[in-house]
Amino acid sequence: MEKLNTWINKRFPLAKLIKEHATEYYASKNFNFWYGFGVLAFVVLALQIFTGIFLTMNYKPSAADAFASVEYIMRDVEWGWLMRYLHSTGASAFFIVIYLHMFRALMYGSYKKPRELVWLIGMVIYICLMAEGFFGYLLPWGNMSYWGAQVIVSLFGAVPYFGEGLAEWIRGDFYISDVTLNRFFAFHVIAVPIMLLLLVVVHIMALHEVGSNNPDGIEIKELKDSDGIPLDGVAFHPFHTSKDLVIIIVFLILFSAVVFFAPEMGGYFLEHANFEPADSLQTPEHIAPVWYFTPFYAMLRAVPSKLGGVLLMGLAILLPIFLPWLDKCRVKSIRYRGVTFKIALALFTISFIALGYLGLQPATGVFTLLARGFSAIYIAFFVFMPFYTKHEKTKPVPERVT
Amino acid sequence: MNNDRRKLLIAATTLYGGVGIASFATPFVSSFQPSTRALAIGAPVEVDISLLEPGSIVKVEWRGRAIMIVHRTVEMLETLSNVANQLSDPESQASVQPNYASNTHRSLKPEILVVEGVCTHLGCAPLPRFDVAPEDLGNDWRGGFYCPCHGSKFDLSGRVYSGVPAPTNLTVPPYAFLDDNRVIIGEDTVET
Repeated sequence: MEKLNTWINKRFPLAKLIKEHATEYYASKNFNFWYGFGVLAFVVLALQIFTGIFLTMNYKPSAADAFASVEYIMRDVEWGWLMRYLHSTGASAFFIVIYLHMFRALMYGSYKKPRELVWLIGMVIYICLMAEGFFGYLLPWGNMSYWGAQVIVSLFGAVPYFGEGLAEWIRGDFYISDVTLNRFFAFHVIAVPIMLLLLVVVHIMALHEVGSNNPDGIEIKELKDSDGIPLDGVAFHPFHTSKDLVIIIVFLILFSAVVFFAPEMGGYFLEHANFEPADSLQTPEHIAPVWYFTPFYAMLRAVPSKLGGVLLMGLAILLPIFLPWLDKCRVKSIRYRGVTFKIALALFTISFIALGYLGLQPATGVFTLLARGFSAIYIAFFVFMPFYTKHEKTKPVPERVT
Repeated sequence: MNNDRRKLLIAATTLYGGVGIASFATPFVSSFQPSTRALAIGAPVEVDISLLEPGSIVKVEWRGRAIMIVHRTVEMLETLSNVANQLSDPESQASVQPNYASNTHRSLKPEILVVEGVCTHLGCAPLPRFDVAPEDLGNDWRGGFYCPCHGSKFDLSGRVYSGVPAPTNLTVPPYAFLDDNRVIIGEDTVET
């Protein structure tokens, strides 16, 4: 065994990699449960890829066969229903975990210097994830899949001059057809997953270069003992991994409860209209995307002009990218930040959740007015950030983690 | 080492490589365009309307969309000017139609209406409701199209009423008459 180890390590830096990323990667000892969502995102990614491979073995990406092949998986394939429910619940779980992971970064200032690139790469992962979810949602070829894709692709038609041509180019046809389904399948199972995996590696490499943040927002690398180990750090393995194992088990308990008892989640995870096959001549009574897109969908509909709505939605997705430079406050953690930021973050969070709710409702009367108000708060959170964070009254930050 | 010469060589190589990449990318980008088969399926549709009685409607499919062809009676055409003050875009200025259809009757021939059966709100299918003053649509209803999804109303020219979610009038596709009884949908530059 010892010989084999030496043989390998002379040819591949296995021991070095394990040291750098696990046994000698030091992360703060005061992590709370918010620091488990990164690991959970990794677990869900692995689960999605694993179950996805098994689904592709029985799924047929053609307009004629897609809907029936999903029903075939559900009814006739041994344990096919489990594969599919794991995958469909996994999609929603992925976004729950990612949203909480991002909220953690907002709370503890994990996007600030020196972690700007970690945040930036993370945002690219998030956008890829949205693309992955969008492409995947068309595949069951249900009527909501169909019209959801129809609405989203026609958004590109709002671009002046070449918009219609662009939408046609994306669809490869004059409407969402067999051609579109086939290419969305290619994106969903090959192109985007490869990008996601690559970006996750880059995300973790960037993180391990600068080191993890912590709930106090202190740079633990600034105080080291005589061996050069951060005083407030403990090795990722075995200390954080054993804690992460508990978090993973708690997550899997909750996840399994949904998979086995409420895989449709009352129409939020699998929408009712999607149990009918796609019909290009018959729209579902009420088109709403899956819950994880609804905050942006609500903003899209809040603007009375089509192009304006598309621009607002794009802005809402892109603005968080600039957070590291919009936030002028030097204090990272919410524990020591001023009351203005706390209020701003609370308002932003409420707006995001409220927009998520409004995106599921019909765009009429009071709902539209509310969506406009909350969209304004969402945008204001970012646009006015340089001003309200510049002279923030912060509390003194301790030298060591608490 | 001649730095200037080296710079020139690097620039030339980069440029040449860039041209190569762009040329290589072209077939891949173009492969996303509608294929010959998709173009053939999306070709213009010819419809024989000789059997379309006044007051009746026929739906045909073109490019995955329902196209409604209505043969309007004289009474139906008379309602168009009466409802104009209740419409949000009576002159069809903000709506999509070929130039030859941007008139009150929104068509080439006044009696034959050709519109897409796709609500301009969120793409639902509006229902033809040619009955006058039915119970559910109220006494003011002079006939038109009603979208059951979100309650948008259109008159007998597909013009949208004000105060409903749909922003614009129903879209008129390009079309032309091959002769008195044959309409071609999807093309308006036919030589007759």
